Amino acid sequence: MQSRSVLGYGAAALGVLGLALFVGWWQVDGPGAPVPDDGRPLPLTAMEFDLTDHEGRPVGPDTLVGAPSMVFFGFTYCPDVCPTTLADISGWLDALGGDAEQLNVVFITVDPERDNVDAMAEYVGYFHQAIRGWTGPEQQIALAVEGFRATYEKVPTDSGDYTMNHTASVFLFDAEGRFVTTIDYHEPREFAVPKLRRAMNEKDAEGAT
Amino acid sequence: MKYTIHATCSVLMLPFMLATSAMAGSADVVVENAWARASIGTSRPGAAYMEVHNAGDEPVTLTGLRTDLAMMPEVHRTATDEQGVSSMSPAGQIVIAPGETVAFEPGGLHAMLMQLQRPMEEGETFPLTLTFSDGGETTVEVPILGIAARGPED
Ligand SMILES: [Cu+2]
Repeated sequence: MQSRSVLGYGAAALGVLGLALFVGWWQVDGPGAPVPDDGRPLPLTAMEFDLTDHEGRPVGPDTLVGAPSMVFFGFTYCPDVCPTTLADISGWLDALGGDAEQLNVVFITVDPERDNVDAMAEYVGYFHQAIRGWTGPEQQIALAVEGFRATYEKVPTDSGDYTMNHTASVFLFDAEGRFVTTIDYHEPREFAVPKLRRAMNEKDAEGAT
Repeated sequence: MKYTIHATCSVLMLPFMLATSAMAGSADVVVENAWARASIGTSRPGAAYMEVHNAGDEPVTLTGLRTDLAMMPEVHRTATDEQGVSSMSPAGQIVIAPGETVAFEPGGLHAMLMQLQRPMEEGETFPLTLTFSDGGETTVEVPILGIAARGPED
């Protein structure tokens, strides 16, 4: 009786160990691992999160598949980096002219506590009309950030408020949802616009085959 | 735009320079190309940018900011690390060597305007006073540009 239960526990423990190994394999080497985790963002098709755009529509990574995408993180209470990034992106989109319409351009807030749908709508309204603002529950934002292999952190300020440290790079994906490259903060327009064209042309190359 | 700023600058500094002509250091500070972005209401902090030039032959130390626009103006520095993560923190005192210009620009130093007392409206200006360790001050009239402005010429 006693030895049977010990055996039982042993079998259960082996089972758990086996499952853990299997899950580990699945995630690291198996089909559960779409790309090796080298710090690069996952393909959009491997991400899972549910957010709301600034017009109240439900959106997620699937929304972005089918056209090349430019995605970045920020928050509307950000006085320096975020308006600069949004203004830079508006400039790149102007440089693309009519081609900008082929692109998904998404600003995901890392501060859903203050950035609700209305705040996002008002804010993105000041920049290029192609820019969409996404927000949602903190936990869903966290999932998105994780998929992009980005980070964010709430930091108190001297004024008693808080600010957010966050990844400021702009992520580019092709029409299939595959990560192409990032445009880093302050990268000159001479580099940014060709990178955008590259992400867009990868879509054309796909279409041609 | 540039001409206007220069003109405003010199007019504002004239009485100050006359009054403190004996004082070295901060009396030789010239602020140029100041600009700020408009705000949405007053709940979000604003930021202002400028070039601070030390035209004298002694180092000067910028110790703080003052403006009626914001209860808590503070010199901040944004830093972006190798992972592309941006963060922002008080920059402390800024020493400007003789002949040097310190640029406050997006992604670097900025005048962080916390607790706005009124919205920053595009087309308006506000006075920003820079205070120095020798007791001197320089006030510049900062033009407020659009929210999507990228520099003083926008
Ligand atoms: Cu700041």
